[in-house]
Amino acid sequence: MPESPAEPRATALKDVHENAGATLVDFAGWLMPLRYASETAEHKAVREAAGLFDLSHMGEIRVSGPDAAAVMDHAFVGFLSKVKVGRARYTMITGTDGGVLDDLIVYRLGEDEYLAVANAANADVVAAAMAERAEGFDARVEDESAQYSLIALQGPRSAEILAPLTDADLGEIRYYAGYEHTVAGVPVLLARTGYTGEDGFEIFVEPAEKAPEIWTALAEQGSGLGLVPAGLSARDTLRLEAGMPLYGQELSSDLTPYDAGLGRVVKLEKETFVGRDALEEASRTTRPRRLIGLVSRGRRPLRKDQQVLRDGEPVGTVTSGAPSPTLGRPIAMAYVDGELDTATGAFTVDVRGRAEAVDVVELPFYRRDT
Amino acid sequence: MSVPTELGYTAKHEWVVVEDGIATVGITSFAAESLGDIVFVEVPEVGTEVTADEPAGEVESTKSVSDIYSPVSGEVVEINESLEDSPEAINSTPFGDGWLFRVRVSEEPTGLLSAEEYTKLTEGEE
Repeated sequence: MPESPAEPRATALKDVHENAGATLVDFAGWLMPLRYASETAEHKAVREAAGLFDLSHMGEIRVSGPDAAAVMDHAFVGFLSKVKVGRARYTMITGTDGGVLDDLIVYRLGEDEYLAVANAANADVVAAAMAERAEGFDARVEDESAQYSLIALQGPRSAEILAPLTDADLGEIRYYAGYEHTVAGVPVLLARTGYTGEDGFEIFVEPAEKAPEIWTALAEQGSGLGLVPAGLSARDTLRLEAGMPLYGQELSSDLTPYDAGLGRVVKLEKETFVGRDALEEASRTTRPRRLIGLVSRGRRPLRKDQQVLRDGEPVGTVTSGAPSPTLGRPIAMAYVDGELDTATGAFTVDVRGRAEAVDVVELPFYRRDT
Repeated sequence: MSVPTELGYTAKHEWVVVEDGIATVGITSFAAESLGDIVFVEVPEVGTEVTADEPAGEVESTKSVSDIYSPVSGEVVEINESLEDSPEAINSTPFGDGWLFRVRVSEEPTGLLSAEEYTKLTEGEE
């Protein structure tokens, strides 16, 4: 991520992070915690107990009005008018050329109201595209990113930590559902979503300034239960182990959802939506690609942009790579041709001129017991 | 973190101490904390000649790769083999168990910083 020329924006939790000893870095124009102490320990805490993340850099864009559902169906590749109130859906927004502008989670808050949650680096682009695509519809598009803080509580003990602090019956909140509730007495949108491969919750706090109250209450409630604050470094290794794509790595405006092997999110049965013509063609012509998992037999970390070889011949490129705290080995995701035989042959990754032997595995690298 | 006064330092965040012509080299606590959790270390093989101020290996953390610069010239006589299995020792005890390699120095190192000078340098980088 290139450094922004302007001074990075601080979240409402900046003082909390500094008091906790966080290493803060400029990420997509925001000053965000990279880690508090050991990112490996933070990662393991999320797998074994729970972690608390500040995700206030994410963009929140609200669409409301009688035509809100029609706007969503027009602006995004998914069939968002079919999402039930109180549920969430993973979707994408593309340009007219079918290139992915962002991947995001959309919450249906009411019959006539949605909240789209965009990646920080893309929030302005998504908000502008949505506003443009809403023209001629009876609906309002409002970029509310500045009004919201977003706290994620992730890990197998999340529900146990959250339950005493909320009016919600957590047993009633299914995965990919979100409703208005209170946490620590503050009204929030409480959703059972996340980006770690664990059970967990995302807490949308408006006004943003209320976030420290909730953060502190959760931190105190979880202190005897293994809860730790966790930074962006752990978030990245957690999502990688869970096989989840990251915009800028597995996804970009140069790729259609079909290029990324995620054509299933495109609902061509919708008669019109931005990008449909290009995507309909891409659905017929794109040579299938496949995102594969690699586990190194060595210790040297695998990194983005390194070349993948099969019997010495280049067959793909690493999109994300990191040491996996759960597996204790370097792991990576890489795109290869969909027809490539990955069952035979010797696979290696070129790590700065050295061939590191790797094994091809099915994604995800990690799946929680349910 | 306090910096041991008996060691010499480089501006690239290595430390060195010479005893009986043998230099022990490591990276500082400041470097280790800046890198994050160290997961892989490559040091020169025993018998290799290293040159002062030239790259002599690499440390990799979760997020990055950094060169190790040798603070001294000479022949590598010993490497810290325990780092292969436990590179995290560099994070936990950078000035102790996290040492990297030992060199029979061919000439006395010059231009090293004292603990006080090094501390001032890192305060400027924070």
